Amino acid sequence: MIETNSEKKIKDNKRLDGRSLLDFRKINVETDVINKAQGSAHVRIGNTQVIVGVKLAIGEPYADSIGQGNLMCSAEFTPMSSPNFESGPPSPNSIELARVIDRGIRESKSINLENLSIDEKHVWTVFVDIHIISHDGNLMDAAALAAISALKTAKIPKIDKEKMQVIVGEYEGNIPIDHVPINVTVCKIGDKTILDPTSVEEELIDAKLSISVREDDKICALQKQGKEGILMEEIEKMIDLAISKSNEIRKMVN
Amino acid sequence: MGGKSDIKLIDNGKRIDGRSLDDTRNVKIDMDIINVADGSARVEFGNTIALSSVYGPRELFPRFMQKPNTGILRAKYNMAPFSVDDRKRPGLDRRSQEISKVMVNAIEPMLFLEDYPKSVVDVFVEIIQADGSTRVTGINAASIAIAAAGIPMRNIVTSCSVGKIEDSLVVDLDGKEDNFGSCDLAIAMATETREITLLQMDGAVSKDELKSLLEKAENTCKKIFEKQKEALRNLYKK
Amino acid sequence: MEKLKIETRIVIPGEFIDELGNKETGLGTYIKNNKIYSEVIGILRNGESEVSVIPLNCKYIPKHGDRIIGKVKSIEMSGWMIDINSPYIGFLPVSEGVEEFVDNRTDISQFFNLGDIILCRVSRVTNNKSTQCSMKDNLARKLVDGVIIKVTPSKIPRIIGKSGSMINLIKEKTGTDIFTGQNGIVWIGGKNSDTAIKAIELINK
Repeated sequence: MIETNSEKKIKDNKRLDGRSLLDFRKINVETDVINKAQGSAHVRIGNTQVIVGVKLAIGEPYADSIGQGNLMCSAEFTPMSSPNFESGPPSPNSIELARVIDRGIRESKSINLENLSIDEKHVWTVFVDIHIISHDGNLMDAAALAAISALKTAKIPKIDKEKMQVIVGEYEGNIPIDHVPINVTVCKIGDKTILDPTSVEEELIDAKLSISVREDDKICALQKQGKEGILMEEIEKMIDLAISKSNEIRKMVN
Repeated sequence: MGGKSDIKLIDNGKRIDGRSLDDTRNVKIDMDIINVADGSARVEFGNTIALSSVYGPRELFPRFMQKPNTGILRAKYNMAPFSVDDRKRPGLDRRSQEISKVMVNAIEPMLFLEDYPKSVVDVFVEIIQADGSTRVTGINAASIAIAAAGIPMRNIVTSCSVGKIEDSLVVDLDGKEDNFGSCDLAIAMATETREITLLQMDGAVSKDELKSLLEKAENTCKKIFEKQKEALRNLYKK
Repeated sequence: MEKLKIETRIVIPGEFIDELGNKETGLGTYIKNNKIYSEVIGILRNGESEVSVIPLNCKYIPKHGDRIIGKVKSIEMSGWMIDINSPYIGFLPVSEGVEEFVDNRTDISQFFNLGDIILCRVSRVTNNKSTQCSMKDNLARKLVDGVIIKVTPSKIPRIIGKSGSMINLIKEKTGTDIFTGQNGIVWIGGKNSDTAIKAIELINK
């Protein structure tokens, strides 16, 4: 466990764990890890671990989206995940995380929600529950990768239409996934750009931009975080970087 | 508990999943699964999966909670929303709060907290897949995660469930058995000293039945303890 | 020195080690009904007169006289709060930190500032573990321009080696400057710190 001012290290274009500035740590994606969920994935990026479970439940359509299924993303930063966890109601961080991932999936048209309608009064509600179990930085990218990997394995249960009940253990097929958005968070420390920060490095970050990119290189969500600003002329470079990295990472999604 | 099941839970001395009355499900233990924690473990009892991570002893905040003469133990049990058939709403509920409290009682007697004044030991249990006996699986994970964190302990605590289903006494109830059995008992103990630190039961059994349930529980704990020991010793092979 | 008949094996909490007899019990053990048990998972060292267990993992609990490495966490009216990699915080009073007389108008951050790394001695520990640090020690100093790594405190003797053999070897081979604290902090200065870090992490495993 090395813990010290990475700041100094990053100035010489080197990081404490020996990576170069734009390297990700080792990424591992395991799917179908929770048999109680209709889809699930366990993603590890270095010491960061996220489990996502997808559950489908019969629900009602919202008044403004008749004929469309519902998507609900929520995130829990479990207290087990970090020595610095503070207990209490959902933190602004976990709410932000869930909302950014929700937008990445929704706005990329990853799932065509019209395919999730059952009849006039019933639709599928797709719950994407993001469970952070080990926090060593870059949660956004890990959680987004876990969410899309879990959705790709998610199955739609068969239903007894008379009773409007799920037939446990029987499935109609997978949720059709039209696009695979990948999130890449580009971070700035001083005049350096780094990817995939550890939690020690995150403390040094001045600004970061989470960029969600589709397989056709379309950008589908952006979220700027951090205490400093990003210059207009920096954005394009960040986007280019996110696009090229996202294509590498997408290979991890089966 | 006590509901009616359409299926026969026990047939010819065999349970639905083929186990005999005294068999536990397959027990699998992995250590050091969360590297950012001081100690961690993952324990599977069949389809029930509990993760536990431990931090401490560490400085306790807010400071007014500190005790000048002893450290304190906190435990938090939580179920992931996707761990059960019908999605569980995230957040604290009364059941998790009660389990968290009895977990503290189950573990505290094993620790030398008086040696760590003003500090706290935090134990977290996350059930990521639930198929009955989640609290005992969680305690088994927590106990070895504490040992792996290097926190001095008198003994390792081992926990299991036993119960009564259709006149038969069985060990390690799974989700269905838990729902439809007529009695369910959870126990945690230091098998070496026979000290019991958690005992919860609901249902109706005779005194003799209770006695044999406790006997079965002790025997089961002994078997599980062997697995815990093996997992701890394997920490040195890493 | 006892060389003969040392029993070594892996033990776990609650494991019976030996009858107490006239033995002295050390780290990692507890006594119940005249019997010695292990309280941690670790390597047992059961000699003819002494028993102890070297824990696999542990937290640093301050002890009088320990030489430790800490980081200035905050600056108070009368001294510095030091993060000593422990459940407890160390306090370095001005009088223990600076030789010269310091009056009330002096800004004490000129001696030790936020984030500074210091090698110091534990000069006092109360029953409830309030811990005082002191710079009144021939090795005490501020450590500048280096990297710190955290290891299990019980592994520090192994990193040092028999009368410093291991640490001297690493220093020599890598051309670095290394200081160790009994609280599990190792400070490495010099250009080749990467190689030294790797060597130390290997020992820590």
